[in-house]
Amino acid sequence: MDRHVVAKVEDVPPGGRKLVTVRGRPIAVFNLQGEFFAIGDKCPHESGSLCQGRIVGLAEADLPGEYRLSRQGEFVKCPWHGWEFDIRTGQSWCDPTGTRVRAYDAHVEPGAEIAKGPYVAETFKVTVEDEYVVINL
Amino acid sequence: MQNSIFGHPAIDCDVHIAVPSTAALMPYLDAYWFDAFRTRGIDRVSFNLTGDPPNTPLAARPDWRPKSGKPGTDLALLRSGALDGFGSSFAIANCLFGGVALHSDDLAAVFCKAVNDWVAEEWLDREPRLRASILVPQQAPDLAVAEIERRAGDRRFVQVSMLAMGTELLGRRGYWPIYEAAVRHGLPIGVHAGGLYHHPTLNGWGSFFLEDYVANAFAFENQVVSLVSEGAFAKFPELKVVLIESGVTWMPPALWRFNKTWRGVRSEVPWVKRTPADIVRQHIRLTTQPFDEPDGVPWLQRFVEQMKSEDMLLFSTDFPHWHFDGTDAFPLSPSSPLARKILCENALATYPRLSESLADSVAGKETASKELSS
Amino acid sequence: MSTVTAERKPQAAARQKLTVIDCDIHPGFSTPDEIYPFLPERWREHVKTFGGHYRQAFADTLSHPRMAPEVSRADSWPPKGPPGSDLAFMRAQHLDGNNVEYGMLMPLNRGPGNQRNLGYGAALATAVNDWQIAKWVTPEPRLNASIVVTQEDPEAAIAEIESRADDRRFAQIMLPPRSLEPLGRKRYWPIYEAAVAANRPLALHVGGINGYPATASGYPSYYIEEQHTNVQGMQALVTSLVLEGVFERFPKLKVVLVEGGIAWMPALKWRLDKHYKRLKAEVPHLKRLPSEYIHDHIWLTTQPLDEPDVDSDLAEIFEQVGCDRIMFSTDYPHWDFDDPKFVLGKLALSHEKQQAIFSGNAKALYGLK
Repeated sequence: MDRHVVAKVEDVPPGGRKLVTVRGRPIAVFNLQGEFFAIGDKCPHESGSLCQGRIVGLAEADLPGEYRLSRQGEFVKCPWHGWEFDIRTGQSWCDPTGTRVRAYDAHVEPGAEIAKGPYVAETFKVTVEDEYVVINL
Repeated sequence: MQNSIFGHPAIDCDVHIAVPSTAALMPYLDAYWFDAFRTRGIDRVSFNLTGDPPNTPLAARPDWRPKSGKPGTDLALLRSGALDGFGSSFAIANCLFGGVALHSDDLAAVFCKAVNDWVAEEWLDREPRLRASILVPQQAPDLAVAEIERRAGDRRFVQVSMLAMGTELLGRRGYWPIYEAAVRHGLPIGVHAGGLYHHPTLNGWGSFFLEDYVANAFAFENQVVSLVSEGAFAKFPELKVVLIESGVTWMPPALWRFNKTWRGVRSEVPWVKRTPADIVRQHIRLTTQPFDEPDGVPWLQRFVEQMKSEDMLLFSTDFPHWHFDGTDAFPLSPSSPLARKILCENALATYPRLSESLADSVAGKETASKELSS
Repeated sequence: MSTVTAERKPQAAARQKLTVIDCDIHPGFSTPDEIYPFLPERWREHVKTFGGHYRQAFADTLSHPRMAPEVSRADSWPPKGPPGSDLAFMRAQHLDGNNVEYGMLMPLNRGPGNQRNLGYGAALATAVNDWQIAKWVTPEPRLNASIVVTQEDPEAAIAEIESRADDRRFAQIMLPPRSLEPLGRKRYWPIYEAAVAANRPLALHVGGINGYPATASGYPSYYIEEQHTNVQGMQALVTSLVLEGVFERFPKLKVVLVEGGIAWMPALKWRLDKHYKRLKAEVPHLKRLPSEYIHDHIWLTTQPLDEPDVDSDLAEIFEQVGCDRIMFSTDYPHWDFDDPKFVLGKLALSHEKQQAIFSGNAKALYGLK
């Protein structure tokens, strides 16, 4: 397993997301209030780019008419057909037993430790002063 | 239960009986309505539904049409054609009297009450294999509930009857008191083809009876989508709905589409927690006649495969309607493992009151044989 | 590190690069008043003062709020303006991105056929037709226009068809299936006569506002239900066209059903044939089985692609409908867009049939080179 520096922390503010490519794979990185998560960017349905989806909460109801929203900001809806995925796990909500997107371990490491790591990030320059978002793959 | 002509016991889940004339209902009216019917001439009106003319070839097979009067008015014909003709142990009768379509809720309710009492006396009392549906004024749920309460004590009424084309979609919350009462009494809701009577499709009024008849399948599809989307089954987990005379084969493609749409928009109806197809498999049943299939290609087996359920189909003849000739009502060979399920087991699982009377009759026989031996 | 549990196999995109004809593309206005320059002064003032007038509650939206703004893909918004309104963006994202050889414009803008004021509807139809040429087809010849007409004013519709008949940039005639009466009825036949004379198919895209609730039992509550009624609209439309004898009267008429999907068609054919045999005395003007008229006269578009759990169930449907009568469509930029790379990938159809569905059938129907 290699570590890939994919973004500066400041590039993905809380509530934000960023599409990165690691070893040729498009991966959507999300910042949930300071916690970073990364899931495969392609919806397993027709490959819509999840990174471009709307961020939503989880709509639930025990009985008709009793709407409840929880976990605000923790789900992404595919920009095409609206399938919902749990950003933390990649789990599909509309077809939980059959569908999930790949979830990757994403975390933050101090820049100095891995400044020369084999990162494949396209749109930022690594600088040693900052903290980086790192994906293990 | 004795074997039917199909090699297994059979329960015919849709036969039709008809009120010969409104005058026949007069003995079942109270003083006010008796007088009103007579003085207003209501007793002279047929209330035949526009969409259901009695003289069409569809309305009665030639050998199931009585010599005089409306199809479905002759008990002897029902016995020879449906019950004895197929060897069915039970038949569930639907009496779709047009008076339910009146705009006065009270008058519609009076007709339902009279029809149900007439069915009990004129049919159920005379033919022990016959069961019936409780006709209710569905446009007035409070009166419908009252009618269910009034008749549910008679265990020969095994379901509540509603129509595929009504004033509102059947999932709507206004109907829920009806479902609450039905569930409480162990009565499935039987949704039968026919209308109350609105424009038969969203494109307005067509020209032909044939067009309207075909359109009933569209109305059934709308009702399935409504019942699931509105959460009727989330609210009433015990609720069973039987689609009667629906044509059947539209269902799998309808569910493919419904599942697909649900995956994208389920947050609009978050109480729909499983795929619509799963919910339908659990709660909805269909009677087998008519079975719209490609000419010469028996489709029942494919339907079961597509639905991934052997539990959904209930044998019916739709007597006296003309969908098939002779005894060609059931396309499976007796050796098919599905045959017994569709002919009787699915019906017993759907209608608690049928299993109950079966248990009673077994107990009765045991009692009788004990008495004989003692 | 998380593990992968993809029980639903992610679909593989088709390997070879496909060339497609997209039979359903929705062009948009950049701003609502973009149509004004195409309207005559009298109707420009009218729309500014009164706006549209419909057989429904709302002046500016449909009665079931959609699940996405502009009922569109979240990634289809150009830098400025709503989805579908920017040709350069549409080119990059869709026409070039998906290798679209030809695209059929399906303008739903302001719904000329839904207007209660027939004069305004007719002026709007003319304006939308001119706008399609000016904004879309002239700069992007891959796009084909549709002659938008007002079905409730057949005289105006015929005039519009005749005025565009010589302009081959208009590939077909477009009107909404949810008309005041089912489209098979005789009041609409003069339009069909003009369509045959102009040698153009009719394109019937789901929708229309005719004042009738979306079901025979009134209005559904939710969008999930109302969306489903698109299927019943198509079923009723086919039933009406066939049973009224439209195809007996107009043997050369061709009809394209757009955005209705296809999986419902086999069961409808079986139902029509079965009950026609019993009740044929009512429709003696029919000389053949309903299913035969359907196959000879009706084309269907793929989107929204029906999704059974078992892929082979869908392949079976394609064969039952007839792969010579199915044409690919995306519905770009709407939310239920189908990507050509994924539509037929799961079907075990021969290469020839796939080619026919992606482009061959449309080329033949529309006379495209």
